[in-house]
Amino acid sequence: MSKAKEALLNPIFNDNPIALQILGICSALAVTGNLYITLIMCVALTSVVTLSNLSVSLIRNHIPTNIRIIVQISIIATLVMLVDEVLQAFDYESSKTLSVFVGLIVTNCIVMGRAEAFAMKNGPLLSAIDGFGNGLGYSIILIIIAIIREFIGAGTFYGIEIMPLTTNGGWYLANNFFLTPASSFFIIGFTIWALREWKTDQIEKPEFKISENSLEAEKRAV
Amino acid sequence: MLEAYLSIFIKAVFIENIAINFFLGMCTFLAISKKIQPAIGLGIAVIVVLGLAVPINNLIFNFFLKADALFPGSDLHFVGLICYIGIIAALVQILEMFLDRYIPSLYNALGVFLPLITVNCAILGGVLFSIERNLEFTESVVYGLGAGTGWALAIVALAGITERLKYADIPQGLQGLGITFITVGLMCFGFLSFGGISL
Repeated sequence: MSKAKEALLNPIFNDNPIALQILGICSALAVTGNLYITLIMCVALTSVVTLSNLSVSLIRNHIPTNIRIIVQISIIATLVMLVDEVLQAFDYESSKTLSVFVGLIVTNCIVMGRAEAFAMKNGPLLSAIDGFGNGLGYSIILIIIAIIREFIGAGTFYGIEIMPLTTNGGWYLANNFFLTPASSFFIIGFTIWALREWKTDQIEKPEFKISENSLEAEKRAV
Repeated sequence: MLEAYLSIFIKAVFIENIAINFFLGMCTFLAISKKIQPAIGLGIAVIVVLGLAVPINNLIFNFFLKADALFPGSDLHFVGLICYIGIIAALVQILEMFLDRYIPSLYNALGVFLPLITVNCAILGGVLFSIERNLEFTESVVYGLGAGTGWALAIVALAGITERLKYADIPQGLQGLGITFITVGLMCFGFLSFGGISL
């Protein structure tokens, strides 16, 4: 039980796919302008990564090692096609907004990375839980970014007006910068900083240390 | 005619830069940008693969997958994804064997980057964009090369900045990944300034 719990909760803060493993950043940035779209993306990714981990793990003893990558990619591509078709059938508008980014889940490194690193070595149930946990870790960062961007950029939360815009006769002058792609880089950067101040073991060691200059040395001597 | 192609190229390189404006290929973009030399190698590999993969997949779409393309009433566009990724994987494999046999110097220079490119979302993204925009064959050649050049330009620029950042006094929590994100954010401003240009 504790192992399953670890597989579920570890990826959320301790081993977050975006903030620590540098996986799946590609789609993380582009779809976070609006909370509703972000939630759809999160659900799509979480279901793909859970199901792909489950199916790869089920057949892991039958996959020849030489062609495992191609087998994994075919499984993932099939699942993504299913998700894409379902999305187009039930919410055509959002699938237009997401455009190519649903398709790009195929090359999302989280899915491949977890299939290769976890599902090839562990049982089906544990793998599915690990996939779900990684999906949650990805979702949590995306949702944080989307809430910040939508709130500051448009004064709304999940489409509900919180701060009335000046253009609608309110008082809030929307900060358009937060609707541009550039803002998500800064938000992710500062989110990582905050996370690492909290979980200090995630801090990267600098490649080398700059020796102190004479002024600092003098100050220390006194 | 030439002007139209030039406009597609410039647009793909600067205005709709695939790395900076669409965030494609970000994982490799952030991971392999610590030094300039490998960044150049990876950039060239991406240009070559995008320049080949986009037109080939464009042909596949137009002759097989598009509605009514294979025979009247056929519509195979829903199996698109699995075709494109299969073709990209095969293409990278063939390219690797070809370079190994005929141009060993380039093969050694590209080294480990070629296989990595299969799962680089910049390639699949470029293919999907060219199909979504209904580009013709020649246009897709130009678009593929342009998108590749844009990606290469961005990663070399980022590697150049990261090399200099070694000497900067960065807060502990921001070391590494954090500061890279902020640098890319600032580069993004630079590329946004191309946004107003209309060709």
